[in-house]
Amino acid sequence: MKLLFERSVPGRRTFILPGSSFPKREVPEQLKRKAAPHLPELSEVEISRHYTELAKQAFGVNSGFYPLGSCTMKYNPRVNEAAAALPGFARIHPLQPKDTVQGCLEVIEQARKLLCEITGMDDMTFQPAAGAHGEYAGLLLIKKYHESRGDSKRTRVIVPDSAHGTNPASAAMAGFTVTTVPSDEDGCVDLEALKAALDDTVAGLMLTNPNTVGIFDRNILEITRLVHEAGGLNYYDGANLNAIMGWVRPGDMGFDVIHLNLHKTFSTPHGGGGPGAGPVGCKKLLMDFLPSSSIGSRVFEGEMPHTLGQIRAFYGNFLVVVRALTYILTLGREGIAQASGMAVLNANYLMRRVRGAFTPAFDRICMHEFVLTLEDVKKETGVSALDVAKTLLDHGMHPPTMYFPLIVHEALMVEPTETESRETLDGAAEVFIRIREMIGKEPEKLHLSPLTTPIGRPDEVGAARNPRVRYEFSE
Amino acid sequence: MGSYLPGTRDEQQSMLKAVGLEKLEDLFTDVPAQVLLKDSVRIPAGLSEMQAREEMERLAAKNTVFGTILRGAGAYDHYIPAIVSSVTGKEEFLTTYTPYQAEISQGVLQSIFEYQTMISELTGMDVSNASLYDGASAAGEGVMMTLTRKRERVLVAATVHPEVLNTIRTYCWGRGVPFDVLPEKDGKLDLDALNSLPEDTACVYLQHPNFYGLFEEAEKAAERIHQAGAKAVMGVYPISLGLFKSPGEMGYDIAVGEGQPLGLPLSWGGPYLGFMTAKKDMMRSLPGRIVGETTDHQGRRAFVLTLQAREQHIRREKASSNVCTNQALCAMTASAYLAAMGPEGMREVASLCYEGAHYFADELARIKGFGRTHTGEFFNEFMTGCPMDVRAFEKEMARRGILCGLTLGDRLLWCVTEKLDKGKIDHVISVIREVCGL
Repeated sequence: MKLLFERSVPGRRTFILPGSSFPKREVPEQLKRKAAPHLPELSEVEISRHYTELAKQAFGVNSGFYPLGSCTMKYNPRVNEAAAALPGFARIHPLQPKDTVQGCLEVIEQARKLLCEITGMDDMTFQPAAGAHGEYAGLLLIKKYHESRGDSKRTRVIVPDSAHGTNPASAAMAGFTVTTVPSDEDGCVDLEALKAALDDTVAGLMLTNPNTVGIFDRNILEITRLVHEAGGLNYYDGANLNAIMGWVRPGDMGFDVIHLNLHKTFSTPHGGGGPGAGPVGCKKLLMDFLPSSSIGSRVFEGEMPHTLGQIRAFYGNFLVVVRALTYILTLGREGIAQASGMAVLNANYLMRRVRGAFTPAFDRICMHEFVLTLEDVKKETGVSALDVAKTLLDHGMHPPTMYFPLIVHEALMVEPTETESRETLDGAAEVFIRIREMIGKEPEKLHLSPLTTPIGRPDEVGAARNPRVRYEFSE
Repeated sequence: MGSYLPGTRDEQQSMLKAVGLEKLEDLFTDVPAQVLLKDSVRIPAGLSEMQAREEMERLAAKNTVFGTILRGAGAYDHYIPAIVSSVTGKEEFLTTYTPYQAEISQGVLQSIFEYQTMISELTGMDVSNASLYDGASAAGEGVMMTLTRKRERVLVAATVHPEVLNTIRTYCWGRGVPFDVLPEKDGKLDLDALNSLPEDTACVYLQHPNFYGLFEEAEKAAERIHQAGAKAVMGVYPISLGLFKSPGEMGYDIAVGEGQPLGLPLSWGGPYLGFMTAKKDMMRSLPGRIVGETTDHQGRRAFVLTLQAREQHIRREKASSNVCTNQALCAMTASAYLAAMGPEGMREVASLCYEGAHYFADELARIKGFGRTHTGEFFNEFMTGCPMDVRAFEKEMARRGILCGLTLGDRLLWCVTEKLDKGKIDHVISVIREVCGL
């Protein structure tokens, strides 16, 4: 496919703006740009066709089954998009006077109340732009809390070895050192290891529950109690909230602070990698430290003398919150619990159906996702999780998350979500079974997959060794 | 109640049976009984699609959509070409995620590669990442990139947007590195403050044009920053780059900024787009996703996520940043905008903003009390006094459908974009005269 720049023709253009109606004004020489940027010169029809071509080489939830574990690729309802497109939201300046943004404030207030109730929290900020940004904000809340108590010893954050990579990375950005604790044979927190790690230098624990192997940690109340007893706080990574909303609340499990991924649990689109939204909820003890907006505070939160400051401009990815609110209003109290119930049932159903072909890493009732291990397959046949993932591409579905969590070898992490039908799950199961048969007969064939996609496997090593991260124009 | 569950009650029952269970509750037996919810959460019952839409329309109608906006300060009311939303509305782009599977994601990967190229070109820099959350967090990430063992002090010009300055302050507090604000003089960074920078200075961050709309003496500043052995980081307004010198041309090491002006609606502050570009030697310190070009086994051009050894899923606590989800669709928006505008369109839009703002400033200056408070060169934002109580002025203007300049103490920070032609500005001037009783 040609790049925009390869389609460019000097002098060609799209006509957007009128001519100037003002007196001519020259830019002072010392401020003037010397060389114009190489931007493509195209007519509108070419731009339109270019992106239509690109869209054909993209795979979204609307293209087919997308069981990407940990990412909750559920259907993105269209009414959410209609709400976000309303001029009364899309055309509002973030620094308008308070009396002209009452609708925006009510959106935030409604979303705050609903999400606090769903998560068992007392307050919430919508400033964080994504999950990792929420983790960062949540950890800064914990940091501020200990600082406010003059407790300067607490420099460590405990993270299980099964955690998302963002957890330790966020902890480092928030100035903490990371203590990794191992998981037990169920993939859950090893209580003895946790106890050994706890002392008066621990600021807090980061945990997702259900964890990244898709299992709800039965010891959760014990875990959060131990951390509290050691003077630490409990952070809930909301990446897996889609398993439990309406069934159990992180606030009731003993968590003090939580981030949500509105683009996962609350159905807002992933957009090729964003924008998402990572609102952070907290218990009363942390409320005073929530982020603020410095200029915006006078139209929004009012004075916040103890705030941790701000982590971006203004109030967050507002239109994402509009979408999520529309979703929650639509589902309501029964719908929220049913969505999670069906997400868990779909995962268990699919796991049951593929179990004969591949080995679940933990063979028991799972939550909203499950992890397969292909360690045995790899040993017997040389076929890896990567090979299976690439073969799935030839069968019209998006592969599961590969090689995560790190504690499972040759992992494929499957999260079907609640918006998939039984036929889709049956179809996917049959594909898994067929691939397992292929592995038995012609394992070498899988190394060649995919065969039906626009490109075959790319040379990633070459890409990193000799990085070409932009188009080079010949002068 | 609305629902997006395809499964019927019968299917649910048969699927439960297939996994050896009777009811949904049986799936949650790992949850300790004392915290398993006995009743549903206390939120309202669900709505039909029609009712939900009506509720959102009711909320939207409570906001005031201004027809005339003379306020910027970090969020800008530029014209958005029609092609832009048609590109980003495509469901394949909207509903996909980070392109982990390159073979079925070439469309998304190529579009990011094109974005990286265009934003590098616009800022006059060598390399770009795939996007960050917004301009302020990009500034925070940008200064973090420059920290070394010996140099970890971050200095920020007082003339930087307050929301950006405070975000950088938070990022520094988080990392535990020193942060200082460099003083201003006549609305610009006081260059004398750069003469004796502390030895542990990692970088100096300045914004050009700055919060008051003034161009900094950016080239001189970069020279002095480099003389002190520190990195020069610039926050920049992308529309200005159609006409004004780029950070690359002025010798900056890193450029960041708010990409919202490039085709994104005001949206009450988000989602926006943080962009970040850098000189080649800093490429491996960039935070977040980067797309690179390579080939497949048949030698066909292919695009992939690359240099992942910097990232959180590989490096965990040693990663260059924790960024995972970014603002990909907003980056695509900027790409479509830049493709539609082209080099000529970018020059035109910058020129219209520049000429319009100067025309407006000149006309305002004829009204007593609205003189500029600074004398420096500006792009499309400038500050003036106000002959009456600013809050009362703002209110009266709003009643007449005009969002006036941002009130800052007893002053106003005005902004003019290409959406205002001479006729509209003349109208605004007559309304201002009327409000001021002239």
